Amino acid sequence: MTAEQFDSRLLDYAQREPRMPSGEDRSNDDLDIALDERKEMYEQLQVLRQFEKRAYDLFLQNLVKGTSHLSLGMEAIATGFGQAMRPDDYSFATYRGHAHTLARGADLGPVLAELLGRENGILKGKGGSMHLTSVEHGMMGSYAIIGAHLTIANGTAWAAQMRGTDQVTVCFFGDGTTNIGAFHEALNFAVIWDLPVIFVCENNLYMEYTPIDLITAVDNPAADRAPAYGLERILIDGNDADEVYETARRVISRARAGGGPSLVEALTYREQGHSRADPGKYRPPQEVAAWKEHDPIPLYHQRLLRLGVSESELSQITQDVARRVDDATEFAKSGANPGEEHLLSDVWADGGSAWRN
Amino acid sequence: MAELSYRDAVAYGIAQEMRRDPRLVMLGEDIAAAGGVFKTTVGLLEEFGPDRVRDTPISEQAILGAAMGAAMTGVPVIAEIMFSDFLAVCFDILANEMAKTRYMTGGQVNIPVVVRTANGGGSRFGAQHSQSVENWAMMIPGLKVVAPSSPADVIGLMAASVRDPDPVVFFEHKSLMAGKAEIPNGEIVDELGKAKILRAGTDCTIAALAYMVPRALQAAEQLADQGISAEVIDVRSLVPLDTRAILSSVTKTSRFYTVEENPRLCGWGAEIASIVADEAFWDLDGPVVRVTTPHVPLPAAESLEDMAIPSVDRIVETVTKTIG
Repeated sequence: MTAEQFDSRLLDYAQREPRMPSGEDRSNDDLDIALDERKEMYEQLQVLRQFEKRAYDLFLQNLVKGTSHLSLGMEAIATGFGQAMRPDDYSFATYRGHAHTLARGADLGPVLAELLGRENGILKGKGGSMHLTSVEHGMMGSYAIIGAHLTIANGTAWAAQMRGTDQVTVCFFGDGTTNIGAFHEALNFAVIWDLPVIFVCENNLYMEYTPIDLITAVDNPAADRAPAYGLERILIDGNDADEVYETARRVISRARAGGGPSLVEALTYREQGHSRADPGKYRPPQEVAAWKEHDPIPLYHQRLLRLGVSESELSQITQDVARRVDDATEFAKSGANPGEEHLLSDVWADGGSAWRN
Repeated sequence: MAELSYRDAVAYGIAQEMRRDPRLVMLGEDIAAAGGVFKTTVGLLEEFGPDRVRDTPISEQAILGAAMGAAMTGVPVIAEIMFSDFLAVCFDILANEMAKTRYMTGGQVNIPVVVRTANGGGSRFGAQHSQSVENWAMMIPGLKVVAPSSPADVIGLMAASVRDPDPVVFFEHKSLMAGKAEIPNGEIVDELGKAKILRAGTDCTIAALAYMVPRALQAAEQLADQGISAEVIDVRSLVPLDTRAILSSVTKTSRFYTVEENPRLCGWGAEIASIVADEAFWDLDGPVVRVTTPHVPLPAAESLEDMAIPSVDRIVETVTKTIG
C-alpha cells in the first residue's frame, strides 16, 4: 500500500462507525427485586458515582498522585454484583477497582486516603489506586497486570471448594483481558476443576485506546468465547443495575450449589478516558453521547420513579451520599504522609523486610 | 538412620508435612498419577488422595495463581513448576503477585506457597530445560529462595519452607536426584537462612550452592593435596541469606571464592561478593573471585555443557592460580 492509498481514518478511531448501546430494556422494571433492595442499589450507584467524581476532582487539585482508573459510567456492574454477593464471598478486580472495593462495603475514607497516598489509607499508602484490597470485606485485591487475577480468583474458589463453605468468588476484568493467555488458562482451569467462580467481563468497548473489536477475533470478546469452554453464553446490559443483579443472583446461586463457573459479559462504557492521562479522543462523539444517554444512574433513577419512589426520597439519598463523600474527603486529607517505618515493613509475614542476618 | 536418594527425599519431605498439616495441598503437571516427571512425588497421590495431590493442565500461570489464591485464604500450598526454565511463563504470578501482594496491601494477607521446581544443568537438555535460575528469584523482593544439595537438606528445608508463611521458591537440582545419603530418623525440620560449613579450612572460603556443592567439596579435597586448606560453605538459602556464616569464615581464611552454576551476570555470588567487599575488605588478602558458567545460553552437547558449568578442575585451577 502506498502512502496515498492509505486511509487515515483507519487510524483515527473517532471516525469509525459508532457502537451504540442497545437501549433500555423497560421490562427489567418487572424483575422480581424488592423495592428496598432497589433503593440500596440506587444508593450504591450514587456512592460509586460521587466517589469517582471526587477522586477526579482531587486529581485536578494534585492531591491524588500517580495514575487512576475511574469507573464513571460503569457503576452498575459493581453495584449489581455487590448486591448479590454474600459477605463471606470473595471478589477480585483490576486496577480499575475503586467501585469494586466500595461495593463490598469498604469505608470510603480509607479508600480515598489510599488514593492520596496517606498513612490512613486502606493499604497504608503502600498500594495506591491500582491495588485496593479489603480482605475483611472479602475484597481480595485489585491487580494491575492484565489477566493475573483471574488465575488467583481460581485459588480462592478452590479453597472454598476444599473447605465446603459454598463461598463464591467473583472476578471482574476488562475486555482487553480476553486476549491475554492467563484469561484462557484461568477459564479452562476453572471449568475442569468445577470451581465456584464467576468471571465478569466489563466490556467498555475499548482496550485502553484501541477499539476492542479491531483487535479481537470475535464480536463479543468474552461471551463469544464462553462456548469454547463449555460455558453458557451470557451477554447483558452492564449499565442496567437490575439486569446485572438478576444475572449475578442466577450465576452466583448456581456456583454456590456446585454448578461450577460462569463467564458473564456486561456491556458498558467509560464516561472518560482509560486513565487520568487519557482524554479519550479516539471515540466517535455520537457514540460518547449515546452512551451518556444510557448512563446507569439516570436510567435507574427513572426506573425507581416509575416504580413509585418519590423524587424527594431519591434526592435525600443523593444528598446523604454527598455528605459521606465530603466526610471521606476530610478524613483522607487529614491523613499524614506515611513515615519511614512503613518503607521497610510488611514484606514478610513477620512484619519486616530482612533478607540477611 | 536410613539411606535415601535426593529424588525420594522430595516426596519424603512433602509427605512428612502433609501428614502433619491436613490443610496442605499440592498441584502441578503430572505430579499425581505419574508421580512427577522426575519421580519426585511418587506415592503422594496414593497416600493423600486426589483432593490434596492434583494434576493440572500445562498452565503455569493457572497453577501459581490457584496456589496463591488458596494461600491467601489460609490454605498452605505446594505448587510444582516442572522445569525452572518455565518460571519465565508464569513470572508475573511469582514476581508481581505472590512477591508483592503482602507489601502492597499493607500486610493484609500472607501467601504460604512453596514453588518447587527442577533446576540446573548436566542433563544435556539444552538451553530451555537446563538453566540455573535461582538468581531470577533472588532478585525479587518478597520471595524466599532455597536450593538444597543433599537428601537431608531437601527434607529439612522442605519442612521449613512449607511452615514458612511467605512464598518460597524451592530449587531441586536435576543432577543431584540420584545421589543417596543417610538421613536421620524421626521428623526432620531445618531452618531457612542458615548456611552450612561442610568442610573446615584455613586458607580460603568457597561458597557453593546445590549441584556446585559436591564439586566444591571435591575441589577442596584436591586442593588439600596441594597444601591448600579450603573451607566449603553450602549457602543453601539465598533469601534469607546467612551472611554471618560467610563473613566469619572469610575473616578466618582471608580469601573468598564463589562457585555458581548460574550464568555470570548478576549471579547469586555477585551479591555475596559485594557484601564481602563491603564488610570484610580489610580481612581479605586478595580479590574475591567468582567461578561461574559463562554468560551464554547453556548448550546441549555433552562436551560444551561440561565446559560451561564450573567443573572440579576449573575450581581447583582458579583457586591455585589466584591464591598466590
